[in-house]
Amino acid sequence: MLNEWLYIGLFILVAAALPGVAIFLAGILAPKKPNLLKDETYECGIETVGESWIQFRAQYYIYALVFLIFDVEAVFLYPWAVAFNALTLYAVLEGVLFILILVGGLIYAWRKGALEWI
Amino acid sequence: MNFLQVVFILTSAVTLGAAVMVVTSHRMIRAALWLVLALFGVAILFALLQAGFFAVVQVVVYIGAIAILVIFAVMLTRHAMQDEGAQVNRGWWAAVLVALGTFAGLAFLLLNWAGIGSSLGELSADEARKLIPQMGQALVSADAYVLPFEVASVLLLAALIGAIYIAREKNPQV
Amino acid sequence: MTVEWFRDPVNFITNWLNQFLLGWGLPAGVVAFLMNLIGAGLVATGAMLFCILLIWYERKLYGRIQDRLGPNRVGPWGIFQPFADMLKIFAKEYITPRGADVIPYNLAPILAVAAVLLIWAVIPFYNGAAGANLNTGALYIIAVGGLGELAIILAGIASNNKYALLGGFRAIALLLSYEVPMVLALLVPVLLARSMGMNDIVQAQGDVWYIVMAPIAAFIFFLTSVAEVGRAPFDIIEAESEIVAGFNIEYSGLKFGMFYVGEFLHAFTVSVLFAILFLGGWRGPFVDQVPVLGAVWLLVKTGVTYFLIILLRGSMPRYRTDQTMSLAWKILTPLALAVLVLTAILDKALVGSSDLVRGLALVGMNLVVWFIASRLSQASYRRSHPVEPPIGHAPVINPLVDEIGGVLE
Repeated sequence: MLNEWLYIGLFILVAAALPGVAIFLAGILAPKKPNLLKDETYECGIETVGESWIQFRAQYYIYALVFLIFDVEAVFLYPWAVAFNALTLYAVLEGVLFILILVGGLIYAWRKGALEWI
Repeated sequence: MNFLQVVFILTSAVTLGAAVMVVTSHRMIRAALWLVLALFGVAILFALLQAGFFAVVQVVVYIGAIAILVIFAVMLTRHAMQDEGAQVNRGWWAAVLVALGTFAGLAFLLLNWAGIGSSLGELSADEARKLIPQMGQALVSADAYVLPFEVASVLLLAALIGAIYIAREKNPQV
Repeated sequence: MTVEWFRDPVNFITNWLNQFLLGWGLPAGVVAFLMNLIGAGLVATGAMLFCILLIWYERKLYGRIQDRLGPNRVGPWGIFQPFADMLKIFAKEYITPRGADVIPYNLAPILAVAAVLLIWAVIPFYNGAAGANLNTGALYIIAVGGLGELAIILAGIASNNKYALLGGFRAIALLLSYEVPMVLALLVPVLLARSMGMNDIVQAQGDVWYIVMAPIAAFIFFLTSVAEVGRAPFDIIEAESEIVAGFNIEYSGLKFGMFYVGEFLHAFTVSVLFAILFLGGWRGPFVDQVPVLGAVWLLVKTGVTYFLIILLRGSMPRYRTDQTMSLAWKILTPLALAVLVLTAILDKALVGSSDLVRGLALVGMNLVVWFIASRLSQASYRRSHPVEPPIGHAPVINPLVDEIGGVLE
């Protein structure tokens, strides 16, 4: 099993090196003529007004939060699914109970408007 | 000094270095990004321990969800990009003492553990294949961990409800 | 010996190379390291080079769907067009915006491509020929998708640009919303195959493909994968008319090219995943006698899925952001949960009966759930969009418009 993880580790290095080397090569080949105007940040052709900051809406945070809860739930369910052959019907129902408790959470989030975009 | 030890030492060095950078970085966004590196190092350590499931879950949950949540939380605080406040407060010496004491205690416990000198044997392919089904069965069997399993779902539900209640705006909707 | 080589080339070459390197006197550990390195290098390079063909295929097909020819100048049927594009992009200047965070800015395109290439490490090309036959293959794919999301956040934050930041956050919100139904829909074939390993899932589809036993899960996985790639109809992430290229607005030259290549390769990669998980992977006729034929079947199934994805891109208008979010959270997630619960209960309740009964019960359950879900969504749509009766008389029918079919004055 360690051999497989070694493969993955080497694959990470190769997969990071391939685009890295390509970008480096293109950096050598391409012209480099920086001037003040070119390096300005892009704002549809006009000058940037105000600092580079936006009003970050809390809705993004709530989406990430609900995603986190359901992600952890799904991760708990993967071993349960893999062990399916050795489980009794009762054990399967325990997993279903796990899911149903979190469906209750989804309904709460839905009703409270946590899943709206605006 | 075999290959596994070399990889372990490198990974631990990177993880610890990234953790130090998290704590000492001046800009919070940089600290959040160093945190991602530290979490990835922990995932590699899990893989070295042949706990493949936990390595993958570490990346899925910690890097894919919690690190993004931390970055969003950093963004929520205004002027997070230009955080130039003091890095320590007045009680920094107490923090150093507690940290050193915890480290000494953990080191003492580990050094007195019987298995500290033994090397990690490699699992056979059959044993490795049975790991996750065994864990899945343990999660729902009545004389193993079914109660913590269900309580975990209630805990997740409580976290979801609490966070939505706190985070939503005070408007006269539902 | 020739028959061995013909039937199972990857393992044959692996064994030969192993013997060759051991014959040089290298220790076994170094040989294993070198073999893994060569294997990883071949798969990664092969995937990246294959992307050139993909770009040509997509542009031709997309053009044909839009009733135009697509690239046809550079070489016969425009087959050298991607090379010309690559040469052009290699020669463009890297314009780094002032105030950009250097390391995350440069790391983001590398991470975006690396995240897609890493998926290829666990894909079984034919029986027994996967890079690394991880027994957690399904979750590994989700993990690597998370690394891709991290690349988008890095690009958005490090660009020192309001639009990049906004585009990055919106992109992440969309990707996170679609990851929930994807992870839940991925759980269904894992449940049916009792294993997370990719090769195990293909081997468990011996009697019938999972698209028959779990059509709703296949549908959800297909749709959410298309959304994860950021393709139409969910391409609000980088729609030119909406947010001017979104998070990669400050990237030029090959760095932008890497995002572009990453997206094309990601679309093909999710086609391969769909073929493996739901269309039986390398399974097909004569695959027991000649294992290499499995790679051909996998390619055919992937081609069909990729064709569907391009067709979807060319036919459907773009969803608004709030429409995409409500689709993910309010329709796909409850559907995925319902299918998961019912599949689990049915599969366990029918454990003694034959495969035919089990298969029919699962198909029937899927049809019932689909029917109920469509009724519910229709009812809720009608409730939120009441139809007003027209004021006054019936609408006037203009004979010119009806006969010729166009808008003629």
